[in-house]
Amino acid sequence: MTTTSEPPKAGFHPSQLIYDTRYRSLTIQVIAFIALMLGLSWLVSNTVANLQALGKDFDFGFLGQRAGYDINQRLVEYDSTSSHARAALVGILNTLLVAVLGCALATVIGVLAGVLRLSKNWLIAKLMAVYVEGFRNIPLLLWILLIFALMTEATPQPRDFREGGDAAMILGDTVAITNRGVFIPAPFWGAGAGILLAVLLLSLVAIFFWRRYAHRTQEQTGRILPIGWGTLGLLLVPVTVAFLALSLTSGRQVQPVLATGASEGMTLADYAGSQQAINACTVPFSTESLNLRRLMRANDLRFNLVPVADGAEAIAAAEAGRCNILSLPASTIAASVPAGAVALSDTITRGNPVEFERPILGGFNFEGGLQLRNSLIALWLALSLYTGAFIAENVRGGILSVSKGQTEAAFALGIKPSRTMRLVILPQALRVIIPPMISQYLNLTKNSSLAIAVGYMDVRSTLGGITINQTGKELEGMLLLGLFYLVTSLVISGAMNVYNSSVKLKER
Amino acid sequence: MKKSVLFGALTVTGLVAGAAQAATLDEVKERGELNCGVVTGLAGFGAPDANGVWEGFDVSVCRAVAAAVLDDPTAVNFVPTTGQTRFTALASGEIDMLARNTTWTFSRDTDLKFDFVGVNYYDGQGFIVPTALGVSSAKDLDGATVCIQTGTTTELNLADFFRNNNMSYEPVPIETNAEGQQQYLAGACDAYTTDASGLAATRATFENPADHVILPEIISKEPLGPLVRHGDNEWADIVRWTLNALIAAEEYGVTSANVNELAAAPGSNPEVNRLLGTEGELGAMIGLESDWAKKAIAAGGNYGEIFEKNIGENTPIGLARGLNAQWTNGGLIYAPPFR
Repeated sequence: MTTTSEPPKAGFHPSQLIYDTRYRSLTIQVIAFIALMLGLSWLVSNTVANLQALGKDFDFGFLGQRAGYDINQRLVEYDSTSSHARAALVGILNTLLVAVLGCALATVIGVLAGVLRLSKNWLIAKLMAVYVEGFRNIPLLLWILLIFALMTEATPQPRDFREGGDAAMILGDTVAITNRGVFIPAPFWGAGAGILLAVLLLSLVAIFFWRRYAHRTQEQTGRILPIGWGTLGLLLVPVTVAFLALSLTSGRQVQPVLATGASEGMTLADYAGSQQAINACTVPFSTESLNLRRLMRANDLRFNLVPVADGAEAIAAAEAGRCNILSLPASTIAASVPAGAVALSDTITRGNPVEFERPILGGFNFEGGLQLRNSLIALWLALSLYTGAFIAENVRGGILSVSKGQTEAAFALGIKPSRTMRLVILPQALRVIIPPMISQYLNLTKNSSLAIAVGYMDVRSTLGGITINQTGKELEGMLLLGLFYLVTSLVISGAMNVYNSSVKLKER
Repeated sequence: MKKSVLFGALTVTGLVAGAAQAATLDEVKERGELNCGVVTGLAGFGAPDANGVWEGFDVSVCRAVAAAVLDDPTAVNFVPTTGQTRFTALASGEIDMLARNTTWTFSRDTDLKFDFVGVNYYDGQGFIVPTALGVSSAKDLDGATVCIQTGTTTELNLADFFRNNNMSYEPVPIETNAEGQQQYLAGACDAYTTDASGLAATRATFENPADHVILPEIISKEPLGPLVRHGDNEWADIVRWTLNALIAAEEYGVTSANVNELAAAPGSNPEVNRLLGTEGELGAMIGLESDWAKKAIAAGGNYGEIFEKNIGENTPIGLARGLNAQWTNGGLIYAPPFR
């Protein structure tokens, strides 16, 4: 009984920290951590001391100062009197714009190229191989510059579009490809655009339920409903019907053009002759505004647009003398015409729920419409093609990871090849494809900071470029820039991880 | 992860800022080479020639300083900088001085912590447009697309000019003069704006200079001059008085041709004697040898010679002296007395 002895209960010796394997790794970690912290604190204090020696303070007050420079592509209102923070916001939105457009196009290109590279057609497969290898192995900056150079050198100048010039607009005079960008028609929202949007949203909801119903029917009865045609019909038919109905009821309504100080029955041309300048009060992005501008352009008038929020503000502005021509939106009460304003003999129509403004060649450049600047197009295409090549390889790898037996089994059950791909192969391939896809999206977003090479005003060019240069706040600006890219990347990878967990293999 | 980015940025700034501390003169002497920030390429002002040797109006200032300090006008390491990178390069200590058509402004002198040592070219911002456009005044440019170098005062002046005149425009931001020239010639912009001297220099390199016209409006004051970092006053003095020596040399008729002869023995003009070190101890006062100004002048000639050789009326750039004539000839170029 007494032979069994308790293990010796030794006390803890400091030497065990080094000689005892149970504690040794802990000791090493603690020492390494302390060394790391010391190194970091040295860096911080060194920076602080040197900034002080340079006489530079560390504060973010510059963000509130007047920026003083102009930005060509702005998705929110901005001019040279806005603050540096506003300029940074404009840059952030431009970065996000090109990142979203780039990720979308890169995915399409990548999936197509990845699938086609596995094609049995020798020519197509080899062409895709050439694409992938070509774009993957040449630096992105070269592609951006090359596409930009092509866009500016190989396309005509706006003045070549004048009569006698050798360039012409395409697609029924609606699109102009110039060396300053591609001008396309811009949509304008008229009365009833809200209803149209509501109908569209309802259709989307209906599509969702239709697809769910179709899937459930198939699972329960095996009967296959036409999902594609149903979706297409639900998407197009209600919207088209609503558009036609709204156009017929309100779109063709005739609306007077009101002018202050005009006499009864005057035409617009006569009125313009009697005035020093034409200032038109309109609601921006409304079809009334668009139709008024079309009328004035048709009369070869020079005019300024005074933006107002609604009819009441237009009337107030006209009475205050800020504008002398106005078109009132449908919601305004017709009787409340501003004092001294008379309807001209020219009239405009209210316009359809959605109308498109065509770009028109103005003094130096195309006016109206939407300008997709060359810098945006070059950056977008180059980012998409470059990243698409990587995604193609991810997709190819994903498809190859699904064993051939799956395809053969599906064929043995009599499933068509297209359905085999969609229902059997891709769902299994996706779980292999998604994780590397996340890093490609991150790469694309961060690579968009090469924008400065083609003068695209992204956040690197505004906050990280001009603002830093004008204010001398390099450290603050770069920290903010780093923070922005960090947050954006984390958000993207977070969102993609959610999607990834929804497609990954689920075990019960 | 957020921390690692923060500290990464701090590391870089910390290391770079650390280099900026020691006395610049000692550093330059020890290195045996002057790090001089210049433009990336602007004919007449600063560009490498066919053999890769930098030459130009601004480059000559670098060479004069190198000659005064190191007795070798070729001991210069030219660092090409863009409008956006120049201030960071100077503030971080990558370059000892910046001689790159940079406008002297209040905020750059104070808030950005630099010292402008003088003005070597009085300039103003102008516009160049193709003659075919039929534009005769900058006031006709409403709605035009304008190429503009980012990070410059011209960018701010441009915004102010169009705002004041209630006109709209579309800025096309570009990085360097070469890029601006390419974009302008391709017609991606209707007008190109920068300092009038730069426009003249750029136009001189066009295939058909006559097809382009510089508009008469000068929309801003642009005093261009070399600058150094705030805080090292000894170094600022050296650069400032080297520039002044070049200017004074022209005033007193000291040229690269006669400087050696004049410096050999004290002459009749005491001001020239003090300048060239044959009388007094001016060199020692700024920590240089007594013949520092002689070396600076011998490097490329006096201010007038440098002007005529690089951008004067007999060069393709063809700029008249105008405001940049000596004060004795009705210009603004004026050096304080050497005594």
